[in-house]
This record gives sequence, C-alpha cells and structure tokens, in this order.
Amino acid sequence: MSLIEIKNIIKTYETGETSFRALDEVSLSINSGEFVAIMGASGSGKSTFMNMLGCLDKPTEGDYFLDGTDIMSLNSDELSKIRNLKLGFVFQGFNLISRTSALENVEMPMIYKGISLEKRIEKAKEMLKIVGLENREHHHPNQMSGGQQQRVAIARAIVNDAPIILADEPTGNLDTKTSIEIMNFFVELNEKKKKTIILVTHESEIAEYAKRIVKFRDGKIISDELK
Amino acid sequence: METLKIAIRSLKINKMRSILTSLGIIIGVSAVIIMLSVGEGAKGKISKDISSMGSNLLMVMSGASTSGGVRMNLGSQPTLTMKDAEAILKDCPSVLNVAPILSGNKQIIFANQNWSTGVYGITPSYLTIGLWEIEDGRAITEEDVKNTMKVAILGSTVVTNLFGDLDPIGRKIRIGGMPFKVIGILQSKGQSGMGQDRDDTVLIPITTAQKKLFGSDFPGVVKFINVQAKSEDSLYSAEDEIKALLKDRHNIGQNKEDDFTIRNFTEMMETVKKTVATMTLLLGSIASVSLLVGGIGIMNIMLVSVTERTKEIGIRMAIGAKAMDIRLQFLIEALLLSLAGGLVGVILGVSVSKIINLCSELTTIISPMSIFLSFGFSGLVGIGFGFYPAYKASLLNPIDALRYE
Repeated sequence: MSLIEIKNIIKTYETGETSFRALDEVSLSINSGEFVAIMGASGSGKSTFMNMLGCLDKPTEGDYFLDGTDIMSLNSDELSKIRNLKLGFVFQGFNLISRTSALENVEMPMIYKGISLEKRIEKAKEMLKIVGLENREHHHPNQMSGGQQQRVAIARAIVNDAPIILADEPTGNLDTKTSIEIMNFFVELNEKKKKTIILVTHESEIAEYAKRIVKFRDGKIISDELK
Repeated sequence: METLKIAIRSLKINKMRSILTSLGIIIGVSAVIIMLSVGEGAKGKISKDISSMGSNLLMVMSGASTSGGVRMNLGSQPTLTMKDAEAILKDCPSVLNVAPILSGNKQIIFANQNWSTGVYGITPSYLTIGLWEIEDGRAITEEDVKNTMKVAILGSTVVTNLFGDLDPIGRKIRIGGMPFKVIGILQSKGQSGMGQDRDDTVLIPITTAQKKLFGSDFPGVVKFINVQAKSEDSLYSAEDEIKALLKDRHNIGQNKEDDFTIRNFTEMMETVKKTVATMTLLLGSIASVSLLVGGIGIMNIMLVSVTERTKEIGIRMAIGAKAMDIRLQFLIEALLLSLAGGLVGVILGVSVSKIINLCSELTTIISPMSIFLSFGFSGLVGIGFGFYPAYKASLLNPIDALRYE
C-alpha cells in the first residue's frame, strides 16, 4: 500500500441553503519518497485537498489511509497525534509563534510528542543547524527575514522525523532568490532525507522542482504527470 | 510541567496585563483577610472579656422602681439587702454563689494626691465570682467583713494615680475622709469590652461600707447582688428562681412592678459576640464579592487572550497539540494569575492586619483559616473563571484558527 491512499473523497461545504462541493470524488495515491506539486487556480480545491491531506479537516465522504492508518475513523485528538508524528507543515505565512524564539518554535512539536527538555533543545539546535540558522536560535520571528522564518518553519516540520512534509505555497511571501533557496531545501530533504514532499503552488516555476505534478480544477484532478 | 512553562511564558509576555488582572484577586484576598482578622480580633476581645468577668453571671440590681411616677436609676432605691443575698444562695437550687455589693463614688486621698473612683463594699465571694486575683498583699476575708474592718484593696489604676512608684501595702489612705489601711492590690484586668477601666476600683468590706462609709437608714442594704449560676444551662432557671424568690420576699403582687432588675451578663456578651460574628461574616462576604469581581476580570482577560492568540492556537493544533493541551494551557494561565494574586494578597492582607493592630485601637487576629480560605477561594476563582475561556480555546477548529489574522 502507498504511503498516502485517497479514494473518492468528497468535501461539501454547506453555505446557508446551497451546498458547495469543494472536492468531487478525488482519488490519489502517493508513495514514500515522492515529491509532488499540487497545482490549480484559486478555488480549484487544492487548498481543501491539502487540509484533508494534512488531517486538519476530514472529508465528508471517501477513504483516506495514511501510512496504513484509516484517517476517517479517527477523532480530533487522534488526528492531532497523526499531525504531530507523521506530518510536517510549512505554510505561506510561516505561522511561527510570535514573541517566541526560533529554538522554542522548533521545540514545540516535540513538547506535544512528550520529549524531555534536554533532548528537545539538542534536537532543535540540530535542526536549526540543518537549515543554516545555528546563530539565530534566540531570535524572535519578527527579528528575522522571511526566508529565515521559513527556514525555521522547515526545521519545525522535520523535527519530529515526520515522513511527510506538506508545504502550502511556501514561497508565496518570498522574493525569487529566497524562493530558490527554500525550494532547494525541499529538494535536498527529498533526495537526502527521503522525505515525501507535497507542495501546493500556483506558480509553474515552483512546481518544476517537483517530480510529479497534480493539477486541480473545480474540485477534480484534471492531470497527474510524472516528470 | 511543559504546559506550566508555556503558561508562565505567555504571562510574562503581557506583564502589565497580568499584573493588573491579578490586582483584582490581590485586593479581594487581602480584603477578605483584613476583614476577617478585624472580626476575629473583636470576637477574641469579647471572649476574653466574658471569661475575665467570671462565668455564668447574673446581676440583681435594686431599684428600677418608680418614685411618685418618676422612673429612677437602677440601684438608686436601696431595695435589696444582705438577707436577700443569703436567701438567694440558700433557696435557689441553680445558684452557686452570691456576692452582695454596696457601691458609690468617693474621693480617695493619699498624702497630697487624690483620686475619685467607685468604692465597692464587698464580701470575699465578690473576688471569687469576678475572677479577681490579688497581685500583692492579701484579699478581704470573712473576718474583715465580720469585724467591719477599715481595710481596702486597690485596683492598679488607683495605685498608679495615688502612689506612683511607692508600695501602697500597709499605707493609710482616706476614703471620703475616713482612714483605711491598704491591704492588697488587684491584678490588672484592663479595659472591658464597653471601654470601661476595670482597674479603676477600690474594694472594702461590705459591712464597713454599710455602717461607716455610706451611712444609710436601712441596715444591711446592698445595691447589687452578683449571682453565679451553677452552669450555663442553669442561668435561666436561676433567673426565674431569683425573680420568684425576691417577689415573694418583697411582697410584690401579680400586677405590680418589680423593685429589682436582673441582668444576664453572659447572655448580653454572647449577644454582642454573635453580633460581631455576623458583622465579620458580612464584612467577609463583601470582601469576597471583590474576589469574585477579580475572577470576572481574569475571565475577561483570558477571553481576550484566547481571541488574540487564535492563530497561535491554530499553529499549536496543526503541529500536534490536543484539545486537552490547549485547554490546560489556558486553564493554568488563569490559575497562575489567580494564585499569584492570591499569594500577594495573603502577604498584603497579613501585613495590613498587623499594621492595623500596631497603629490603631483595633485588635486584629489573623486566623490560619482565613488565609487558607481566601487563598483556596482565589484558586477556585481561577479554575472557575478560567475554564470557559480555556474550553472555548480548545474547541477552535485548526483550519479556521490558522486562517485568523
């Protein structure tokens, strides 16, 4: 079985009397070690799909198996645990906790995993070194550039050794030079650490970094190509 | 443990806000402690008064009669006698002891000093019933009473005013122009609950008072009779027995007014004590209201904090925080605010109580109970008012929370 196995998922949003189908019977399977870009215009359902993938929301109907676990049968606390251990998130807006140092931000997923303080600091420092921020440990997010903040977010995403990294428009707020830098990180994580990377973007230059491109339109997959 | 650290950190970030929020609790807790300590102090003082007055006391006063339609002062009409006192002791089964008293104000002179005070003609039982101790010299004895001795025991206020540093024992003083020998000094009792100086007194044998000092047309006349009942429970039966006995002895008919009055001092003091307890309760509850208001302040700030940190909650949930983790984080924050406030409040309350005790007439007693109570209550307030915001935070949907700006 693939790492991610999605079959015929439907997500319906009720807005007053009319209901809107954001995902219309989407099926997709992703194997371990893949680098997938999910593309589509806004409103194509790619963000909704990402939320389903990230276990932040549950589909209305369908099947979702992540690493063999039936996600549909889990409650919200069990979903939290899956997010904590299996998934790393990198967002467009970085989503670091303000007024908290880089080190503490990276530590945070380990707190919820239940790791001791000593080990946490050691591991968080190691991760910050990987992303090249070893001298920024005690800086707060507002004291760092966008690229640095995104690198802290990447460090946070990989700190619990999650096999999957979900990146939602990770370069959306960055200039071209920094975007290339960040994308090279993802490539490196994919090739050297064998992480499965799923990237949501609407820019084709960014999608070029991936090995597989899945395109969404009107809540459906319209193309799925390997490079 | 981790949650505690997170909570401490986020409180530190908003230092000013945290301090102001705790202020409500600080004021509430210290107010409760101060109010209760003032109340306890008053209660303690009254209890001391009651026990120093002697227990299970009744006072029978002569008079209270009308003289030609004009009501007279209590004790103004000499209607009680030594015989009455003896009869009360003999015929009333609930009575343990009696002390007849004949008193009046007299000028006391020693050398070139003089002092005006109440002079009490007494029998030795007066000392027993009233729990008076002799500090120096000797007490008045049955012999003194029998032989109409011109001897006197002085209260410490009288000693200070007449003798200064001199030892008064054995010295001659003049009471209303009559020479008396000082044979003893009473141990100080201090002020009574009514603010009376109980050490401002001179005691002489009752017979001397009757026959020599307060010359009267009626032999064996007394002004008051202090009566000690056998127990607290027999106070009321003693009162009834005395009433019946005296009515009989004084030939007072059914519809006629008594020529004596009976006062139950213990009961009066108990009433005062109860009133003070009620006042304490009232003050304490008013103070608790401020504690409650402090709690609402905490809830208010926690709700603001939850809204402000919606995004943070979303991030925490996305990276693996469970609903319980979020709930605990905010609950502990609220609890910390209230407990820190409670602790400072206890310190402030205790200090202010001590200052009140030192700098004013009021006595304050800080009971451990009041500290425990107010501190515990502040903790409860923290949990109670922290729960709703914490619960609200934990119910957030991670996607919505992440999108919140």
